Amino acid sequence: MSTVATPIDVEKIRSQFPVLHQHVHGKPLIYFDNAATNQKPKRVVDALIRYYEHDNANIHRGIHTLAERATQAYESTRHALQGFINARHTEEIIFTRGVTESINLVASSYGRAILKAGDEVIISGLEHHSNIVPWQMICDERKAVLKVIPVSETGELEMAAYRSLLSDKTRMVAVNHASNSLGTINPIKEIITLAHQYGAVVLIDGAQAAAHLTIDVQDLDCDFYCISSHKMFGPTGTGILYGKQEILEKMPPYMGGGEMIKEVTFGKTTYNNLPYKFEAGTPNIADVIAWKEAIYFIQELGKDAIAAYENTLLRYATQKMSEIPAVRLIGTASEKVSVLSFVVTGIHHFDIGQMLDARGIAVRTGHHCTQPLMEQFGLEGTVRASFSVYNTKQEIDQLQEGVERIVNFMK
Amino acid sequence: MMNVDEIQDEIINEFSLLDGDMEMSVFYIMELGQKLPVMKEELKTDENMVKGCQSKVWLTARLQDDRVYFEADSNTAITKGLVSLLIRIFNGQTPDAILNAELYFMKKIGMERFIGTQRSNGFAAMIKQMKWYSLAFKTQKQVAK
Repeated sequence: MSTVATPIDVEKIRSQFPVLHQHVHGKPLIYFDNAATNQKPKRVVDALIRYYEHDNANIHRGIHTLAERATQAYESTRHALQGFINARHTEEIIFTRGVTESINLVASSYGRAILKAGDEVIISGLEHHSNIVPWQMICDERKAVLKVIPVSETGELEMAAYRSLLSDKTRMVAVNHASNSLGTINPIKEIITLAHQYGAVVLIDGAQAAAHLTIDVQDLDCDFYCISSHKMFGPTGTGILYGKQEILEKMPPYMGGGEMIKEVTFGKTTYNNLPYKFEAGTPNIADVIAWKEAIYFIQELGKDAIAAYENTLLRYATQKMSEIPAVRLIGTASEKVSVLSFVVTGIHHFDIGQMLDARGIAVRTGHHCTQPLMEQFGLEGTVRASFSVYNTKQEIDQLQEGVERIVNFMK
Repeated sequence: MMNVDEIQDEIINEFSLLDGDMEMSVFYIMELGQKLPVMKEELKTDENMVKGCQSKVWLTARLQDDRVYFEADSNTAITKGLVSLLIRIFNGQTPDAILNAELYFMKKIGMERFIGTQRSNGFAAMIKQMKWYSLAFKTQKQVAK
């Protein structure tokens, strides 16, 4: 990864995203729903088509040429991901359907194996439902206790409270790298180091980080790290669970079926080696293969350059939206990914979202799958604009103008 | 008074002046919502809430001289506007007219995206609820006979 960031040439980048060049309700599309899923560069779409037109075959067990080509392409994405997050071994990269499945895998397999009555699992108040519910389910089953790191008014984790939650009973800590509804970047390295002092294992939900932040699992020393392809310019329906090899080796399989076995008799089945032990059934081959192009897209731009550009957008948007007196920003952490959540006094977020859509502006409204967090802020939901490397300041001006118009109309 | 289709045609005619401009249309819908008669707070109960809407919609109905009259409110301006359109069409109609009504105006005014799949305003749920009320009134009357 380059240390000196080459500035982002936004027009050149936009030209690689066919979906951006369209009109919605007669207005040029402005896509600000990137935290939900970002758009795909043409090279990703081309890779999907190329796979189905030239290489489609089931992987791993075929001896024919197409199966070999598909297998190589599939495994080369694993290799690319190993580099992307700096894992030690490709065996530590397990393909899943996405972050949700990755977390469920860990909760079901690892959680069920180690949790006993009275053990504690710590999550945070900033978590997405997918990093809450799997832990609730397994804690319920194992009679373990779920503890929650509180969130400050600015949307940051209360680290002192976290320290006091940690104890010899803590078995597991699961937090996100960056919050999907507020954008807060969490001090995960510190969280991991502290958890390890108590012998707890740490899972990081990296869904919102993958397209924005540098991820180095060895430097972080996290035990698990989860990523979804579709939030980093790749296709939907695939993601990974990274896990430290020594932990994955000890974990029982999550699902049974093809691919994950070494030998099956009716008496006993022996399981395949890593990573295949956790990859039962025919995987999402095409999307995994196309994902590699998204990884290259990010690496060629450079995470530093992406982060620098997105920060400029975020700062600009924060300033522009703050100029509207009725707007209240939710989540004002000092370290944020490019997510701007806000509410407008006296106007429901659904109305804002629908009015903006009428102007061709796509934002997300609602609780963003973080109902406990919304409850803490006394909100039913927010309007969330999230920016990507293909967005521009002119588009942010349009957002401000759109919100202003609604405010003036509703007066 | 005008029948269901005549009112629908009147609405279509009004919206045609907006030339298919989505933003103007949504503004107009919200404006219509603002004109909806105020619903009494005590009627905004969980019981009167329309199920299947992400935004809150309260709806009540009464039968007077064999005609149905609705009252409604919502916590979102667009949904309130949408329900006001339905009230404009249905208020003062007979239960049968409401039960047999086919609502085509939404598609004609370019608002079909609000029907069905758009969970946030539950337009379909509102119509269903209005038809339920009408069916209940009709059944009550038949039983009374």
